[in-house]
Amino acid sequence: MMISKRRGPLAAASALAAAALAVASCSSGGGTSSNASGAPASSAAAEPVTIRVQTFGSGSNFGYKKAIEKWNAEHKDIQIKEEHLTDQFEQQYWPQMIQWLQAGNGAGDVVGIDEGGMGLAKAHPEWWADLKEYGLESRKADYPAWKWENGVTADGKIFGLGTDIGGMSLCYRADLFKKAGLPSERDKVSALWPTWDDFIKVGQQFQSKVKDTKFTDGTNTLYQVYLYQEAAKNGNVTYFDKDNNLIVDKNPAVKNAFDFASKMSQAGLTAKLRNFTDEWATGTQKGSFATVGCPSWMLGVVSGNAGDDAKGKWDVASVPGGGGNWGGSWLAVPKQSKHPKEAAMVADYLTNAETEASIFSTFGNMPSNTKAQQDPAVQGAKNEFFNDAPIGEIFAKSAASLQPVFLGVKHAQVKNAIESVVQGMDDGSVAYDKAWQQLVDDAVKAAG
Amino acid sequence: MPYVLVSPYFLLFAAFGLFPLVFTLYYSLYDYDLAGTTEWAGLGNYAELLTDEDFWNAVVNTVGMFFLATVPQMLLALMLANALNKRFRFRLAIRMSVLLPLVTSVVAVAVVFTQLYARDWGLVNWVLGWFGVDPTNWRAERVPSWIAIATMVDWRWTGYNAIIFLAGMQTIPRDLYEAAAIDGASRRRQFWQITLPMLRPTMIFVVLNSTIGGLTLFSEPTTFYNGNVDGGSQGQFQTVAMFIVKQGFREFDYGYAAAAAWLLFLLILIGALVNFLFVRRIGGSK
Repeated sequence: MMISKRRGPLAAASALAAAALAVASCSSGGGTSSNASGAPASSAAAEPVTIRVQTFGSGSNFGYKKAIEKWNAEHKDIQIKEEHLTDQFEQQYWPQMIQWLQAGNGAGDVVGIDEGGMGLAKAHPEWWADLKEYGLESRKADYPAWKWENGVTADGKIFGLGTDIGGMSLCYRADLFKKAGLPSERDKVSALWPTWDDFIKVGQQFQSKVKDTKFTDGTNTLYQVYLYQEAAKNGNVTYFDKDNNLIVDKNPAVKNAFDFASKMSQAGLTAKLRNFTDEWATGTQKGSFATVGCPSWMLGVVSGNAGDDAKGKWDVASVPGGGGNWGGSWLAVPKQSKHPKEAAMVADYLTNAETEASIFSTFGNMPSNTKAQQDPAVQGAKNEFFNDAPIGEIFAKSAASLQPVFLGVKHAQVKNAIESVVQGMDDGSVAYDKAWQQLVDDAVKAAG
Repeated sequence: MPYVLVSPYFLLFAAFGLFPLVFTLYYSLYDYDLAGTTEWAGLGNYAELLTDEDFWNAVVNTVGMFFLATVPQMLLALMLANALNKRFRFRLAIRMSVLLPLVTSVVAVAVVFTQLYARDWGLVNWVLGWFGVDPTNWRAERVPSWIAIATMVDWRWTGYNAIIFLAGMQTIPRDLYEAAAIDGASRRRQFWQITLPMLRPTMIFVVLNSTIGGLTLFSEPTTFYNGNVDGGSQGQFQTVAMFIVKQGFREFDYGYAAAAAWLLFLLILIGALVNFLFVRRIGGSK
């Protein structure tokens, strides 16, 4: 009970209440959890199995809504229930998940893991059910080698099936670009910024015309975009080398990305919002910023946060400085699941070519499944929300050539520490000239 | 039989009070990583904490917010109690209504206050704007964030403390006031010379209670930053309780968190003692 509530007596009272609840639930329980979500109980000879799928992320996140509705309509015996836990992966979802996995209780039957957590997940084979036992080794052919291998532990256990991959673009508000006297048509916008220096120049031009909207959301999103681009030029590593040594101060990718973030912030182009917070989501909806760095899965985040009213205002252009591979997730089945077989079926279904392709066309998360990538429907997909942007052309073409970026076991903690400094420099709590040193110090601390 | 009757309390205390106490003390002496190894550390965690800037930052924040919240809260609660101690219509209903903020969930309170103190679309910045004040980033600047959180705390607890003060006031014999009135003492003078000194035992209780609550502050500042225990990008409003959760449940350094919990316990003891000595002097020496 380290999280003590305010007031001694109240805490005692709530402990009492909690104890009473625990006793009550012990006596009434007994069976396995069987929350038949809205399924008609009339035919209930066999109770349907409920598979809890736990996800994270902002906006439409994994984009499973339709796929789950479809499955639930077709499978009366296995019902999927999505539990979207939080927007934030490193700060909330993953620490909570680690506790559940370690405690052997609490995690869903299928859980989403962001790339930042895969290093640690791989290092703990005891957490996961082996999907080989459920015949999913055959899925190997569906994935690029790196995406597949990241879901296999050192001792050969298959635990994670790839969902989406990064790919890189820049989402922008065409209406605001027009207001600033800039071209608003996507090819012309892409032509505005072949390099990041050009991007900052465009930003200054934009800012001189438009006062109440900032050019971009904050420092962190484009810092990440830049970092992943630079990582590709520096051996595909960011904060850790492949032996899990911290290299924040040695990897030029980190310094370059930091310098870019600092430059953007000092030029006054940022709305100073931290990505994946409520204020940032509100900012998307209210039009606090005109651009945001967009890996494929960010499209669904933007459209989900902005709401239907913003339909057609947003568009997608190419990103300065070339491609990159930020993000992408996996689905895994924790060992503690009581229905590993059904959970494996669900994980298989949610990552198969058909599902991933349909998620791409609706929300934008680029499939990691190569069969889905080659699907003509994916290649030719347009995104209605983003003014019918040809997202298939933008993402699918480069998908095959994307390089995996290695992330260390403690990546999630270090990322959070670093982003706090990159954000702090933007919101004024860290001086620009001291920020780099603090970034390195905090990273060392978080890794230790 | 009497032992059986009192046992529920002791059983619960053993499970939720004593056990965690001993457990944290034990693990504060270890380097205990949830997803890793457990190694004997002796007093290493404590030594490290005392030189940890982040820990001291959390201590300063906690004490700072405690003062910002508690001083106005005590004064307000006293004034409120004094006002409620008079005869007027719908007295009971009004007395009960000051408790309403307490029954609302912290999360609801935090959601509303988070909106009020939003940088871009918040009511507080909007109103301040009428007076030509530039928008404040309530989550990025230290003192403004403390003020915002202190108002949240006060919103919840002022009424509660007022009711306790009121109960204390009602135990003061009426004839003291009557005698004072006959001697020609004004209302104000009666308050300072009779009410306040007679209220001292109540005040000690309220102040100690607020000290414990204020120094373990957690929910308000956490919900103020999206449920994130970092307390601002640079820990501008990270309290010691949040620091403990961050170390224990975000970075999985259980031993370190346990040691911090014990230091917090010490801090509360010191705080309680100081406040006790302070309150004992109120209205007493003359």
